[in-house]
Amino acid sequence: MDQVALLIAATLNSGTVLAFAALGLLINERAGIVNLGAEGMMLVAAVAGFAAAVHTGNDWIAFGAGALAGAVLAAAFGALVIWLNTNQYATGLALSLFGTGFSAFVGIPYTQEKLGERASFEIPGLADLPFVGPAFFRQHPMVYIAIALTIAIAWFLYRSRAGLVLRAVGESPESAHALGYPVRRIRLAAVIFGGALCGVAGAYISVVYTHLWVEGMIAGKGWIALALTTFATWRPARVLLGAYLFGGVTMLQFQLQGEGVQISSQFLTMLPYLATILVLVLISRNASFIRVNMPASIGKPFFPG
Amino acid sequence: MTGLSKRTFVQLAGWGSLAAIAALSGCGKKEETTPAAATPPPASAAMAAAPAPAASGPLKIAFAYVGPVGDGGWTFAHDNARKALEKELGDKIQTSFVEKVPEAADAERVFRDMASQGNKLIFGTTFGYMEPMLKVAADLPDVKFEHATGYKTAPNMNVYDSRTYEGAYMAGVIAGGMTKTNTLGVVGSIPIPEVIRNINSFTLGAQSVNPKVKTKVVWVNEWFNPPKETEAAQSLINGGADVLMQNTDSSAVLQTAGKAGKYAFGWDSDMTAYAPNAHLASSIINWAPYYIKTTKDALAGTWKGDQHSWWGVKEGAIDIVSISDKVPADVKAKVDQVKAGLKDGSFVIWKGPITNNEGKEVLAAGTSADDKFLGGINFFVKGVEGKVPGGDKK
Amino acid sequence: MLRLEPRPEPSRAMSIASPLIALAITIVIGTLLFVLLGKDPLRGLAVFFVEPVKSVYALSELAMKATPLLIIALGLAVCFRSNVWNIGAEGQFIVGAIAASGIAMLAGKDTGNWYFLPVLAGGVLGGMLWAGIVALLRDRFNANEILVSLMLVYVAEQLLNYFVYGPWKDPHGYNFPQTITFLKSTQVPRLYGSYRVNIGAIGALVAVAAFWVLLFRTYAGFQLQVGGLAPAAARYAGFSSRNTLWTALLLSGGMAGLAGGLEVSGPLGQLTPHVPAGYGFAAIIVAFVGRLHPLGIVFSAILMSMFYIGGELAQSRLGLPKSLTGVFQGLLLFTLLACDTLIAYRIRWKAARGGAAPAAPVAAAADGALNPLVATNTLPAREGA
Repeated sequence: MDQVALLIAATLNSGTVLAFAALGLLINERAGIVNLGAEGMMLVAAVAGFAAAVHTGNDWIAFGAGALAGAVLAAAFGALVIWLNTNQYATGLALSLFGTGFSAFVGIPYTQEKLGERASFEIPGLADLPFVGPAFFRQHPMVYIAIALTIAIAWFLYRSRAGLVLRAVGESPESAHALGYPVRRIRLAAVIFGGALCGVAGAYISVVYTHLWVEGMIAGKGWIALALTTFATWRPARVLLGAYLFGGVTMLQFQLQGEGVQISSQFLTMLPYLATILVLVLISRNASFIRVNMPASIGKPFFPG
Repeated sequence: MTGLSKRTFVQLAGWGSLAAIAALSGCGKKEETTPAAATPPPASAAMAAAPAPAASGPLKIAFAYVGPVGDGGWTFAHDNARKALEKELGDKIQTSFVEKVPEAADAERVFRDMASQGNKLIFGTTFGYMEPMLKVAADLPDVKFEHATGYKTAPNMNVYDSRTYEGAYMAGVIAGGMTKTNTLGVVGSIPIPEVIRNINSFTLGAQSVNPKVKTKVVWVNEWFNPPKETEAAQSLINGGADVLMQNTDSSAVLQTAGKAGKYAFGWDSDMTAYAPNAHLASSIINWAPYYIKTTKDALAGTWKGDQHSWWGVKEGAIDIVSISDKVPADVKAKVDQVKAGLKDGSFVIWKGPITNNEGKEVLAAGTSADDKFLGGINFFVKGVEGKVPGGDKK
Repeated sequence: MLRLEPRPEPSRAMSIASPLIALAITIVIGTLLFVLLGKDPLRGLAVFFVEPVKSVYALSELAMKATPLLIIALGLAVCFRSNVWNIGAEGQFIVGAIAASGIAMLAGKDTGNWYFLPVLAGGVLGGMLWAGIVALLRDRFNANEILVSLMLVYVAEQLLNYFVYGPWKDPHGYNFPQTITFLKSTQVPRLYGSYRVNIGAIGALVAVAAFWVLLFRTYAGFQLQVGGLAPAAARYAGFSSRNTLWTALLLSGGMAGLAGGLEVSGPLGQLTPHVPAGYGFAAIIVAFVGRLHPLGIVFSAILMSMFYIGGELAQSRLGLPKSLTGVFQGLLLFTLLACDTLIAYRIRWKAARGGAAPAAPVAAAADGALNPLVATNTLPAREGA
């Protein structure tokens, strides 16, 4: 039982990174913009956050720095895609490529740096409960913030007026424009917010998850976060669950290796990706289900009048 | 119709670029006159900009690294040795390096380029450079090549390696003495013989002080991926391991152990600073003795090809350092004993009887393993859980 | 202030000038970077633009590097023009390499020198198979092809690992993860002497011509393009979007697999875990910078290769970090995308905002574009003009 509790704890930790990034991308896509540059943004944010942590010793400033880095890159992306109407996929890819190289370049002086040892977090009292204690209550505050954020975003999207406007922009920017809403500015705001969340995810990896900076350390998590928004059919709660699913399978395959399970380790390593494809297929099977849920204007450029 | 603005724009862009380039080449000329002391951030690569007369100038040496100089592990150790080489031999040599050279077709181009730049002694620091180096060595018989961790040689190409398993054994001794759960964990990189050998040696070392020890292994399938290494380490801890070792290149495993209140070792370089509370010792590789010897040979004209060098504690290439105060005195004494025995050759790690984890005896009682046996290890010793990925190929 | 004003019709001159302007801007920024880093900018530019072409050996290396990029990008161009977003070309490259190696290892001592042809064919089939999975999942289950193809890249990497660490490991290789070195009969013939460039380069150029014909002179190509530009019109005309999907994916998968086969039977000569070199992703950039046109792709493949090789050389010549290559490539694409807006818009000085809105603005229908990179076209505005 102990092992299951520990597995759950590890899953929550691993999934939180994906959750932040995926929630940010969710907001992006709800406004109709696909930002394939998630990987690049997360990398630049990781180095920014790490540098901030090295210089100030404060984790929260580091998250802020990461968010800022993500937001700045996203703003540049947004300017190109929203005002100059460049192709979203190509621009996102360019951002990914640029971010990868730029973060490696800027991060060179930081590869030897180390952050001090950090206290482990736990919620007093709750952390000592049998099973649920170690499983749920010994996490970094960001894990809980991710959950709170999911609820907040769900509330925002479905219960607030601003969220309704955002969804409208994503479904039909022309109609929103006709109603007088500043579509382009709303989209830009969504893109910047999404970039900031991706930035937080990036900073979390370098400051909390591993306490290190090395180039390329995001290692594909940005792309996985992109996948998550789709297979969660753009609903925040499902995004969170998907993030945990992916994180869980990742940890599970290591666990299985450690137990000496007789499946080749390469196939076990494939598991998370195969699981993603499987869930994607299951969800997409019903075409009308997807069409109903997908913001209709994703990837398409918008031209005000 | 649209001509004016477009033309103006294009003209402006064109003139602007020309002006910029002209202005900057003015700056550039000033830079040419200052000698090649302009060192790039932080790594110090001597530039080939100060050409030495072919015959009597310093020996030009080039290094090809597979990872970034700042990885804190494998490449870092090589680069430290390069710097030690420079310090030792001063202006008799001139070194340079290229980092992150992929272990693929591109490597060949890099080696040829190094040779064409006048480098006469070229080091390739990872297994995957073997075939490209061989090809280039065949074409350039007057350039000397040194290949790390490989097995093919040529009249102008040597192979060199370090007995990392000795460091792993000594770490194992410490681990065996420190574990409370009798479960050790290893985060493995790639299932090549060297790594398997290290896992085995680690276990043998632990069993020498604590016969009840078991080892669990988890594979990351990469040399370097800090988030994955973190996850792997976490899963080992979840599985009950309280002392971890790694064969990967970053300090993520050590830091994860620190967060969980467990112990771990540094690998390839001294990693104490990354997690002082969790750090028990670091098994390090010191490539400097070999680099200095082979360079001196090259300078003196006594360099020979077709050599296999496998150096360990005896030659000063392997050491276990920064042993924590938490380690009890009797365990430390045992480690010192082993180290002394390795130094004078009286202690042999791989001495029979040794059984693999399927119960078969692989080394008979009284026999000591030779380098050939050690080079091809593809089994796990008793006490290690699981099967070697890729299986046994007898 | 500067305003962007839509053109009545896209400017052809800018179509050609835009990549050049983008390149110029990238060069300027690069020059600034060099100066900031304390390097001689002219030397820096020389390393990137002169050194890779200054000798026959250098040209051969350049051709060798550009060939796989070119081949994959040609297939991707067809894909992207059809609005099928195959981001997983890297995975198809890997599986092509695996398949090609499998065939190569069947060769015996007495196999003739023609054997490289089945080896390459194996590569093509492997890539097509991998892309076919993406097509199937999209066709039957509506699964988004971007994500499936991307996930399959990771799966392909592990598949490769499985083979080289397991069943295909060289029994005499001291347990190192690599296959045997392939026999000479399986190797793609070299073009000339000891230079590494092989006939794959010629094959690539032939492919360029073939693709040009396909896209611009055949009915099938027409269908593909209309399917991408205006799916509603395509449906109305009876063009099957299913055919488009399968054609685009199988074609691009096959090309990527061919590149993979060329890599293992050419410069590498064996299958190793390091076969994935990122060509599949770089080819996406090559395709875009080449504006999805076969001729443009030739130039952009050469340009990208110069950046790669230049980045390598910059390390040993100038002590610059390798990451600069990625920075330059990303910058180039950014500036290109930005400059492309000049095709559909022009920059004008406008005194005040009060002027009447330009007549019949080139507003887009919700679908497609004349040039897929620029999101405008000449279809009438929806609001009616």
